[in-house]
Amino acid sequence: MAKPRVATTSLAGCFGCHMSILDIDDRILKLVELVDFDKSPIDDFKTFTGRCAVGLIEGGCCNEENVHVLQDFRQHCDILISLGDCATMGGIPALRNTIPLRECLEEAYLHGPSVYNPSGRIPNDPEIPLLLNKVYPCHEVVKIDYHLPGCPPSADTIWETLVALLSDKPVQLPYELIKYD
Amino acid sequence: MTYLINGQIESICVEYQRDRHRLLDIIRSVQQKFGYISDEAIDEIARCCSIPRVEVDSTISFYGYLSKQPRGRITIRLCNDIIDRLQGMERVAAAFREVLGIDFGRTTADGNFSLEYAPCIGMCDQGPAALVNDVVVTKLTGDGAREMIRDLREHMDPHRLVRTLGDGNNAHELISAMVNNNIRQRGEVIFSEFHPGEALRKALSMSPVEVIKEIKTSRLRGRGGAGFPTGMKWEFTRGAAGPNKYVICNADEGEPGTFKDRVLLTECPEMVFEGMAIAGYAIGAEQGIVYLRGEYAYLNNYLEQVLQKLRKQGMLGARFCSTKHCFNFDIRIQMGAGAYICGEETALISSCEGLRGDPKNRPPFPAQKGYLENPTCVNNVETLCCVVRILEKGAAWFSQLGTTDSPGTKLLSISGDCRRPGVYELPFGVKLSEVLKLAGADNAAAVQVGGASGQMVGSADFHKPISYEGLATGGSIMVFGPHRNVLEIAHYFLEFFIDESCGYCTPCRVGNTLLLERLEQIIEGRGEPADLDYLQQLGQSIKALSRCGLGQTSPNPVLSTLKNFKPVYEQLVKVNPQGFRSSFDINRALEEASRITERRSVIYE
Repeated sequence: MAKPRVATTSLAGCFGCHMSILDIDDRILKLVELVDFDKSPIDDFKTFTGRCAVGLIEGGCCNEENVHVLQDFRQHCDILISLGDCATMGGIPALRNTIPLRECLEEAYLHGPSVYNPSGRIPNDPEIPLLLNKVYPCHEVVKIDYHLPGCPPSADTIWETLVALLSDKPVQLPYELIKYD
Repeated sequence: MTYLINGQIESICVEYQRDRHRLLDIIRSVQQKFGYISDEAIDEIARCCSIPRVEVDSTISFYGYLSKQPRGRITIRLCNDIIDRLQGMERVAAAFREVLGIDFGRTTADGNFSLEYAPCIGMCDQGPAALVNDVVVTKLTGDGAREMIRDLREHMDPHRLVRTLGDGNNAHELISAMVNNNIRQRGEVIFSEFHPGEALRKALSMSPVEVIKEIKTSRLRGRGGAGFPTGMKWEFTRGAAGPNKYVICNADEGEPGTFKDRVLLTECPEMVFEGMAIAGYAIGAEQGIVYLRGEYAYLNNYLEQVLQKLRKQGMLGARFCSTKHCFNFDIRIQMGAGAYICGEETALISSCEGLRGDPKNRPPFPAQKGYLENPTCVNNVETLCCVVRILEKGAAWFSQLGTTDSPGTKLLSISGDCRRPGVYELPFGVKLSEVLKLAGADNAAAVQVGGASGQMVGSADFHKPISYEGLATGGSIMVFGPHRNVLEIAHYFLEFFIDESCGYCTPCRVGNTLLLERLEQIIEGRGEPADLDYLQQLGQSIKALSRCGLGQTSPNPVLSTLKNFKPVYEQLVKVNPQGFRSSFDINRALEEASRITERRSVIYE
């Protein structure tokens, strides 16, 4: 029987959640026995090759490409998990949500104290995805089945969750794994 | 100039003994004198009362009727509650905008007029209504609004807008209001023949403990809505340790659609004050406070005169004696300043103490530690009237009226889609359908029982009785015909709670905003079936986790329409087959970036 497929992506995130996935250390060997990776930075597959059981989403949506990828994940995955606080709530990138977009761009490329930009232009190549008016958590864009909180969620949390899902058992996360102070 | 102003502010502060607990009165007086409270005035008040400036500032910022910006000489506050909206408030609002040339929240360039909205001002039976400074104007129309501004521009005197006086004491020279009582049904308890002083004399012939026992025997429950047994509350307050105890009459009738206390204060203030004196005697208090909502300021002079009369008659003031007992009891009126939350008893106490009207943690309950940390008994206006009648006619007489768990009668304020809006005194246990029939609500489709914090019921529940154990209400009954949209009504109530939330606790401050956001998505047709569960769960969390009664009841409009009008919701929501959120609109989200970059999306176009 074919192994279930898992896909992962990092949207408006810092890749910290993906680092945390790698923190499962040698258990990654067990994981590849259990699953095949599909579209993911881990194996560098750029596009989906087939239907996936689980999609792990790091980061919220800050631009149109994020939305596009997230919708692509929704269409290819049976279960979508918001992995970490940015996917769940927008996180650090969402700090811009109270500031008008133009001001954000001007601060980042023109007026910020550490900016060196002799051209005085805000980058605007057609290749650059358009920014959204604000940063959206994933569940405001597509249906999300589960949320794993944490910045990042620990490797053990991710491991326990994946194993439970793949073996069709209830997720048992001990208090230590979901305590953040 | 500043010197002169400071002198006047100082004399206002001196009038209130520089007492920081009278800060609300001081601020109100300053505003009355200068039209607003300037930064310099705040400095001066803080100096005179020896309190930090920030306390004055924060108190001002809390109340809707206090302003740090100069306002027009005349402020028009148009009531925008749901019933007034249904009665044509929008046309009146448009007329005001047109003739004054300003939008709501603004002041005309000549400094003559400010235009504002106010939540329910207690005139739902004669709306659309507005407050012009302290003067109530009822039954407004578009033309009426235009005419009103024309007249005001001529004489700038709101009092001259009152051409026809209302019924009963509304025509009294100290009230002179065009307000009508609209008493449609007189019952045995409140609106029957009343002999002032008899109940108090009888109380004083008994011991305080006997008075409490009498109230307990009558099984009287609080008329404000929560229904706590009055006798028990008195017993707790009497039993609590503290040299000074207080009786507070909660006349902050702010629940949308309620106006029966306004009628009681107009027609039977003697009964209310007598009830307070009896309560004072029973619990051992020498001071009483009537917390009168700012919207009812037009009753203030009359009420002060009644208090004066009662003092002259020896019913209030020092050494009121009967053959057996002597006691001192006097009452002061505390004016509110436009804050719904102050109807919540701990917030009301904060407000009486001259603070922001923030609710307090309970326990300790007011009966243990209330006004200025003293044992305090807070009773509704109507409850105090019942007390008088119980003393007068006996607990046995009272308890055989109504039902076992809800003895007595209840005043109902009925408004909305009915032919005879007004105040009805009916025995508890009366069926909602009978109430609707009396009020001429022939084709009621939905009825909001208990105001914004109550519940919306449909015809399936019209057979249920009005009582604490059935359909509970502090008095508000709002009737909606079949042409009204229950979701829009729920939406309005939610907006109201968001406005009135004090913002202290997160479940109420944030939760209600999230609830509104999701409800709007559903109303706009962008909702999904799972959103209904979301509303339910979020609503329950807000109820369970909020700190005071406002938050604990704020999701009720949504939860009760979800329960009783589920098909209305279900018609609007649909599953998105791709698993995308229908509420997310990529084009809308990209508009701003497209404008800034002057290019369009390559993915979505």
